[in-house]
Amino acid sequence: MGVEEKLGDMGIVTTKLEELVNWSRTNAMWPMLFGLACCAIEMMAAQASHYDMSRFGMELMRASPRQSDPMIVAGRVSRKMAPVVRRLYDQMPEPKWVIAMGDCASCGGVFNNYAIVQGVDEIIPVDVFVAGCPPRPEALIHGVVTLYEKVKGEKFKDLVKG
Amino acid sequence: MDKKLEKIVQALQENFSSSIEEFRDEVHVFVKAEQIVDALTLLRDKYEFELLSAMTAVDYHPQVSPRYHVVYQLSSLAKNVTVQIRVPVNGDQPKVPTATRVYEVANWREREIADMFGVEFEGHPDPRRILMPVDWEGHPLRKDYPLGYEEPQFTFNFDEIDLRKPYAKE
Repeated sequence: MGVEEKLGDMGIVTTKLEELVNWSRTNAMWPMLFGLACCAIEMMAAQASHYDMSRFGMELMRASPRQSDPMIVAGRVSRKMAPVVRRLYDQMPEPKWVIAMGDCASCGGVFNNYAIVQGVDEIIPVDVFVAGCPPRPEALIHGVVTLYEKVKGEKFKDLVKG
Repeated sequence: MDKKLEKIVQALQENFSSSIEEFRDEVHVFVKAEQIVDALTLLRDKYEFELLSAMTAVDYHPQVSPRYHVVYQLSSLAKNVTVQIRVPVNGDQPKVPTATRVYEVANWREREIADMFGVEFEGHPDPRRILMPVDWEGHPLRKDYPLGYEEPQFTFNFDEIDLRKPYAKE
């Protein structure tokens, strides 16, 4: 502690590598543009100037899965679209997370029938579920911040496979 | 019915020996499946029904013959009238000649009816499924198709449904 005070004057901070990596991941997490249905409108509203998601690091949305960190599945996923979602998820490079936005992506929502996948976690592993039909922009931001807290708690030993 | 429609409906009745039903000021004309292309061509060319507003089908399930009615809703913008043509189709091997040559827009409408009801349109240039995935079996809008209902998870049956749900591992 005494060392840190002296180092602070010189402009040096000491921390753990895990914390540094997680901090840098959460501060600039660019989601993949995956608005499928009505939740996409609320996602756009959350990204726009009134409820700004750029404050939380989601500066812009990437259209390409190869350049994005989290995937916000916004909207109902139909059975025809399900293999496409899986393929896009596979194309995302590690580290990747998934936010299932809205009721349809979490559990099938109001659509309990043959054509809609009952919850996108039948196809891809989901980290954060945001409830709402559609969730307000503040609710989506709360979901994003919950994802950040999850990322901040990640340890290297959990990420190593095998 | 509208005065302008009377002549048109009379012409249809003479040429195709079709029956009519009226409801308020709507007219439904029943045409047999083999005559439909001629009827549509006549309406489009002679009586100026330029627009095929809607094309759909109805399933009267417990009846076998006819089981489906394929419904064509034609509008004339010049005369401001609409008429509805119904084609009764049998339940086993339902086939109707395609209307694509008469109205281009019937292309996707017929694909939708073929996908959802299983009515085959002879001579259709692109007979693929349009709404369901390509390898889907079954025709969802028939009356004897199951809802595809998934049991809702409440607290008392949460665990048993949880075991059955196909979660993605990775």
